[in-house]
Amino acid sequence: MSEKPVLEIERETGNFHYPERHQYDAGIGLGEQTIHYICDVKKDPEWLREFRLKALQTFQSKPLPTHWASHDLDNIHFEKIRYYLAAGQQPKRSWEEVPDDIKKTFERLGIPEKERKFLAGVEAQFDSEAAYSNVKEELAKEGVIFVGSTEGLHKHPEIFKKWFGKVIPTGDNKFSALNSAVFSGGSFIYVPPGVKVKHPLQAYFRINAENFGQFERTLIIADEGAEVTYMEGCTAPKFETATLHSAVVELVALRGAKIQYITVQNWSANVFNLVTKRALAQEEAEVKWIDCNIGSRLTMKYPGVVLKGRKARGEVLSIALASDGQHQDTGAKMIHAADETTSNIISKSISIGTGRASYRGLVYIPQHLKGCKNNTECDALLINTESRTDTYPAIVVRGQGNSVQHEASVSKVSAEQIFYMQQRGLSEAQAMSLSVNGFVNDLVNQFPLEYSVELKRLIDLEMEGSVG
Amino acid sequence: MNSIINGPQVLNFSHLPSSWQARQKAAWEKYQKIPMPHRKDEDWRFANIQSIQLDSYQDGAATSEAEKKEILKQSQVSFPTAARLVFSNDEKVACDLINSDLEKKGVIIETVSEAIKNHSSLIENYFLKQRVALGSEKFTALHEAFCRSGSVIYVPAGVEIEQPIVIHQWLTGKNQSVFPHTMVVTEANSKVTVLEICQSTEELPGFVCSYNDLVAREGSRLTYVCVQRWSEKVLAFHMGASTVERDAYAKTLMVNFGTAFSRNENRSRLTAPGAQSEMLAMSLAHENQEFDQRTLQDHLAPSAWSDLLYKNSLNHGAKSIFQGLIRVEPGAKQTDAYQTNRNLLLSGEAEADSMPGLEILNDDVKCSHGATTGQVEEELLFYMQARGIPENQAKHLLVVGFLEEVVTRLNEPEIANYLHTLIEEKFERSEKIVWQKKAVSNSTASKTEVDVKALQGAV
Repeated sequence: MSEKPVLEIERETGNFHYPERHQYDAGIGLGEQTIHYICDVKKDPEWLREFRLKALQTFQSKPLPTHWASHDLDNIHFEKIRYYLAAGQQPKRSWEEVPDDIKKTFERLGIPEKERKFLAGVEAQFDSEAAYSNVKEELAKEGVIFVGSTEGLHKHPEIFKKWFGKVIPTGDNKFSALNSAVFSGGSFIYVPPGVKVKHPLQAYFRINAENFGQFERTLIIADEGAEVTYMEGCTAPKFETATLHSAVVELVALRGAKIQYITVQNWSANVFNLVTKRALAQEEAEVKWIDCNIGSRLTMKYPGVVLKGRKARGEVLSIALASDGQHQDTGAKMIHAADETTSNIISKSISIGTGRASYRGLVYIPQHLKGCKNNTECDALLINTESRTDTYPAIVVRGQGNSVQHEASVSKVSAEQIFYMQQRGLSEAQAMSLSVNGFVNDLVNQFPLEYSVELKRLIDLEMEGSVG
Repeated sequence: MNSIINGPQVLNFSHLPSSWQARQKAAWEKYQKIPMPHRKDEDWRFANIQSIQLDSYQDGAATSEAEKKEILKQSQVSFPTAARLVFSNDEKVACDLINSDLEKKGVIIETVSEAIKNHSSLIENYFLKQRVALGSEKFTALHEAFCRSGSVIYVPAGVEIEQPIVIHQWLTGKNQSVFPHTMVVTEANSKVTVLEICQSTEELPGFVCSYNDLVAREGSRLTYVCVQRWSEKVLAFHMGASTVERDAYAKTLMVNFGTAFSRNENRSRLTAPGAQSEMLAMSLAHENQEFDQRTLQDHLAPSAWSDLLYKNSLNHGAKSIFQGLIRVEPGAKQTDAYQTNRNLLLSGEAEADSMPGLEILNDDVKCSHGATTGQVEEELLFYMQARGIPENQAKHLLVVGFLEEVVTRLNEPEIANYLHTLIEEKFERSEKIVWQKKAVSNSTASKTEVDVKALQGAV
């Protein structure tokens, strides 16, 4: 149907990098000395050093999950990766104090403008450490904590230690173990009981060094009745060799709390993006993951919610765009662990060129529960002949009064629609773009405004050159 | 005794040509090389692998004349048939061509061992030529190593057989094992319906490892129904492969009533444009029965259609696993493929695991799948109870209604009637189990009462 699409354009905003001036560099490869180096530099407490060393053992003992996952994982050379890099900077409180070249990076990414408009706080991570973070004063007054994970660990150990590693244990999978061993950076957020953070908190992650692995760790705790929305964006410049991003994100929504977590992932096409994200929802709490994957070489990410309290609710809205050479292996996990819990998964994927989008999901309802409900919908759109899509859900239901439904469909843009639009003067590419935007529209509309605009633009860009 | 884990015994196969014996030997070696399934194998996810223990099963006890007589008497259906084949422990008991015209038209209906001698080209061309390979490769090798019996049905071009051909497979005696093979080949524009009924003479443990080779050539219509009602202590593997060629229509139905644990693997290959494949299954499970079903709709050619419907009704502590995949190859444009799995949980202990999958390597397709698991709707139950239908009967009616969709899709009224009686029978069994359990718990309850009184008296 078409020639190989050219998809270079949209990366231009992120495709720049500055000479490295890292004061701390843990070197290439991973061993106990790497862990000790990271601990020393970060002045980690002793319990964390032990935790990291134990995690390293777990990581080394676990095989790659290639019995079900993509064999592309074999192309990650763990011994060639740099696990810790930092310029020795402490997080800066005001924009002026941030070093110039880092500032330039973020300016090109448009962060300060956004903050000036309406973002409540920004945490920007440059390689391993947070470069800049700020929470608006009134939020700080209400007791909201929004800092880097290192600062959270040092200044608020009583909250941090209580939940750290509790939602995602070290041994959950090989990559969560790796993260537990070498993590640095990421956000730590605590919202006190009843505090409703009106504006979204935002973090931005960027990989600037070649061969570097980014392992941020985010922990968000919304205390009883609290509400918070968190947004993260990711980019990396194009390097010749593959780069690894392996984050762990843990959310804790206590009774009646609401957490919304939004990710727009636009890593460059040589990043392995292997992320473990999971939330714990207590009684009547609500957790919503909005996950949008556009970039990376291989993304494996299945945000999950453990519905631990009665009437807890979990939701995953996911959009994946797989372009040439990309594999978006995304999905959701819903673990029902209390009565009357409900969950909803809506996943839409678009495969362009040789792109491959996979949905992998797990819905688990054990025997002793009553009145649990799950709804899962997966829709896939295929643009070119060589595009590929897969769906691999797993649904386990026991017990009485529980109901689950799963639906998936695969389609292509209808020729009739395109013809109709062309009749009315649109070019084929415009018509295609409009159709694709229509396909994801109902999901995109649930995103915060600036993201939905951005997303539509990104989709337009990705679609460019894919028809002909 | 001759446990099957010691390999095929020469005694039972001496009547077969040496080339066949060599083939079996090779298959046995292959079986020994392939490791047992592991719980981490994706193809065995959720399955209770521990229940696969083969040590106690024996190979090849002969059926006595008296038993054969009884079996022949039991091997009857209430509707007209074209032919009847009866086997007990992989031994031929009868092969009756009821419609004598068939032979004249060139239809071949015989046992596998007869076909090895008389129609070796059929065996060469089709026997195990298509692989199911959805996890049970080891058991396919086991089947090949032990296979000496089964049915070969060949329908020449243009011949339409209106009445069904019925195959009765019997398992006789304790811990016996059978490895029946069923091969059905329909040449261009021919038509046949084959009904295979699997049962045990007594409620005893046993082992089954069967394999079907179905080939629907250009423009033919092939319907195959397997009614699995082995004893509820049997461990069974049923593997089925079908190839559907240009403009052909293949319909398969697997009906599960019996066995403690059964694994069904079905793969349908659509090899040419216009091929149509309908894959149906229904299971009525109770107690601790486990039905493990894995399917593949393999679209290799453009403009083919496939539709799968698997329905499971699960009572007591029963469990079902459904793992299905629609795979559309890059060249298979204008594919139309659907997959539906519906599970009805009738008790709090029942479990349904569902893994409906899609792998689409091409953009010009219409594909969808759906899976639901739920309960009998309270409102419907209430409605019927309000009209004087007792609760258990109302439930029963709703289950029948739930399964009826599959029976209707088969579109064979006589077989449908037969299935209805079997559904009723299974229900009666379930009821009986419930009453027996109640009786046991009542008797223990009254006993403790007596004990309490006795104690009080003593005080």
